[in-house]
Amino acid sequence: MTAGPVSITLTVNGEDVAASVPPRLHLADFLREHLSLTGTHLGCEHGVCGACTVRLDGAIVRACLVLAVQADGRAVETIEGLSASGEIADLQAAFIAHNALQCGYCTPGMLIAAQDLLRRDPHPDRAAIREHLSGNYCRCTGYHAIVDAVDATARGRADGR
Amino acid sequence: MAAAAPDPLLRPGLIGARLPRVEDARLLTGRGTYADDVRPRDAAHVAIRRSDHPHARIVSIDTAAAAAAPGVIGVYVGEDLAAQVRPLRATSRMAGYHATEMWPLARGVVRYVGEPVVAVLAEDRYAAEDALELIDIAYEPLPAAMHAPEAAAADAPRLHDALPGNVLAARRFGRGDIDAAFAGAHAVVEASFRLHRKAPLAIEPRCAVAEWDHGRRALDLHVATNIPGVVRDALADCLDMPGNRLRVIAADVGGSFGGKGSVYQEELLVAALSRLLRRPVKWTSDRLEDLASTSQAFDERIEASLALDADGTIRGLRAEVLSDVGAYSIYPWTAALEPVQVVSFLPGPYRVPAYAAGVRAVATPKAPTGPYRGVGRPAAAFAMERLIDMAAARVGLDPAEMRRRNLVRAEEFPYRTGSGLIWDRSGFMETLEAALRDGGYAALRARQAEARAAGRWFGIGLASYVELTGIGSRISAAPGMPINTGMETASLRIDVTGAITAAFGIASHGQGLETTLAQVIAEELGARIDTIEVLQGDTALVASSTGSYASRSAVIAGGAATLAAREVRAKLKRAASLLMEADEADLEVADGTVRVAGTDRVMTFRDIARAIYADMGRIPHDRREDLISTQTYDPYLGTAASATHLAAVEVDPGTYAVRVLAYHVAEDCGRIINPLIVDGQVQGAVAQGIGAALLEEVTYDAAGQIVTASLADYLAPTAPCVPPIGITHLELDLPDNVGGFRGMGEGGTIGAPAAIANALSDALSPLGIAVDELPATPERLFRLVRAAQRKDDGA
Repeated sequence: MTAGPVSITLTVNGEDVAASVPPRLHLADFLREHLSLTGTHLGCEHGVCGACTVRLDGAIVRACLVLAVQADGRAVETIEGLSASGEIADLQAAFIAHNALQCGYCTPGMLIAAQDLLRRDPHPDRAAIREHLSGNYCRCTGYHAIVDAVDATARGRADGR
Repeated sequence: MAAAAPDPLLRPGLIGARLPRVEDARLLTGRGTYADDVRPRDAAHVAIRRSDHPHARIVSIDTAAAAAAPGVIGVYVGEDLAAQVRPLRATSRMAGYHATEMWPLARGVVRYVGEPVVAVLAEDRYAAEDALELIDIAYEPLPAAMHAPEAAAADAPRLHDALPGNVLAARRFGRGDIDAAFAGAHAVVEASFRLHRKAPLAIEPRCAVAEWDHGRRALDLHVATNIPGVVRDALADCLDMPGNRLRVIAADVGGSFGGKGSVYQEELLVAALSRLLRRPVKWTSDRLEDLASTSQAFDERIEASLALDADGTIRGLRAEVLSDVGAYSIYPWTAALEPVQVVSFLPGPYRVPAYAAGVRAVATPKAPTGPYRGVGRPAAAFAMERLIDMAAARVGLDPAEMRRRNLVRAEEFPYRTGSGLIWDRSGFMETLEAALRDGGYAALRARQAEARAAGRWFGIGLASYVELTGIGSRISAAPGMPINTGMETASLRIDVTGAITAAFGIASHGQGLETTLAQVIAEELGARIDTIEVLQGDTALVASSTGSYASRSAVIAGGAATLAAREVRAKLKRAASLLMEADEADLEVADGTVRVAGTDRVMTFRDIARAIYADMGRIPHDRREDLISTQTYDPYLGTAASATHLAAVEVDPGTYAVRVLAYHVAEDCGRIINPLIVDGQVQGAVAQGIGAALLEEVTYDAAGQIVTASLADYLAPTAPCVPPIGITHLELDLPDNVGGFRGMGEGGTIGAPAAIANALSDALSPLGIAVDELPATPERLFRLVRAAQRKDDGA
């Protein structure tokens, strides 16, 4: 039925983590249940809604579709880490200014996906923002304010603010 | 046009200010506390084996293998809990209404695919789910009528043996001489409208965590709900517990849209199991469970006809509504919640002198239906607004002019509708004119002419509607249902440090009520907003409450907050008058201070609080008053929130995909507390309405299986689907409630399906096509176009 636990070592938000996990444990459950990093949310557990988006070796992944054992030897970054480092402070401030969140459940994944776009394309137009965020569901905002916030962040970074 | 509305941005004061939300800091950094984030150390995790039959008798359940599986703590079937709880039963005085019983786990018979049957408790969720597969259930399938038309028939197989049939509720509304209205009509337009079933689809799945404290015989239930008060009161009855030992906490809630607005079997289940096992019990649904078992909505069939004079004046409206309500009458709203509102709101914001309509709520073997953003009114507006456009075409009027001629006019308020609702003064006509102006109606018509000349399918749709919000105790969703939806309590106090705490029974699930209620209190009390802490989402805070739903929190909780703030302000002034030996009439309260006008004599709230609470003897003991006020507000009636939506769409002739090219909302929501939050509510609700119009459909196949149980099959709007949404806020005559507020959380979802259906019908009108079934998926549009072309070829 279940295979025995596997030892993994990885970094999570820059800190070394060693754990013994069942091979079938997915990364989101590992972060939430084993490390108490509850900012990574689960919305569908089949890779559609994007609420569980995290960074793995710098690329965004759905933590519900990655097994914890696949993160062995790699670097995971979550909303807690990106908030603490200040990397997305301007994006978070723009989300506040534009009311780009309501219930907040999709928000950590949305922020991480938006930051991924801004790192790869510093000057996205609004259509590109919508396209890049198309894998992150938000049921509250209608997306309008989120697009405004990401757009404002891109402009702010271009102006060196 | 009405007098120009004051610009809310220019108005002084905290009510009306575009303030950032106090909730955001925790939510943006992953530090919110959603129910699943509550992780008791020794929790038992529940997984639920659900029915895979739409209607069947449970012959036997073999749980032995599951009970012996690794990590399993216990396995429970319906009969195991029957002695522990009473079932949920939504009562009502409505004539001809039949309640149903919902037990935490099915007893004897299952009535929809997804109904809870067996609960496995294990040390973790993975082990619990493993054990589910070891349970062997023998079912004897029972006959079932899957859809409302056949289920309503007299000889249909009954879903509930104890009831006389499948019709759980039936009501008729009417006034005026409907036969005369139709007999004397210049023209009659009629159609059959079909709105398909939806899932509320909050991104946070449902979750409940129960923590039994055996020493106190007390239970804390953390639950993803927007009605913690209703859950508390229901569970107190079901579990036979006093309210002071049963606390329901809904800290951060990841959206509801109605889906977390009923009391569920799983909430009763985890509470009962936690008490039974004397340990914490946790259940978090996955998306499949959410789509199969969270309340659904909008499954409506409407036959309607409109009688007209030659100049387009409405003479009368007839309708018969068949509502597919699913397997059980949901608690506390009853199965009548949505069906009755379809019929009571159908006449909309129009002058309809004669009205006759009937509705039947029919039980079918599907997940129960319940509240859903807009409740009944999205279906009502869809049917009525289509009829208005059909009527315009019949009598040769522009759709905008047709509305102008029939909307209730300013001098006609208060207006009593044919179904008995009363509209207070609201901007019916003003929102129409504003939507036409600010949405660029004339320019869109010019664009349409060009597009049509090029053979493109480009259409424009209007939808005007009105909803009743902030409804007081005079009106019940289902007369005699077991809760009072008409009142809310605010409990405000200034403590010895001068800090202000305001506790409410309402439960924010994205609306930003911690911010807006703080704005109301700050302005009414004369306090600095950053000194106010708003507590909500916890039944321990006030004696009685229901929650946040039905566009009520700003009006009713905001009204209670206003009354409480005014009383504490009066107490501050009385105390300051004694302390500064000044006449109360000379005192000014602002910015957390009380000042003797025109002098430098001033005391902060903290100074006054210390004088009252801490400094013995400063105020005579027989004149000392605490700085506390608890106020309950009941507006008694409701207030009309109205809007007009304008949509422009284009249908791709290759893929039949619909693009929404432009969207504008003009709305009257009374006095705006925070424009930033109001905009967000409008935009989000419109996006949800666009989903209802174009994408979203819960489908059960002929065998009763739900085939839209993943997000690959149930399509919701993503960022590229939703256009920019323009908004015009009109603040016209304020409603006659304490705060002057109207509710506005649902309107977008009411107007959008109607506006899109009209726009699509307009786009395809050259082919003679009317879009009277939603969602208008590419497949449906393709079939409509192909049928029209065949008809053309045959002619």
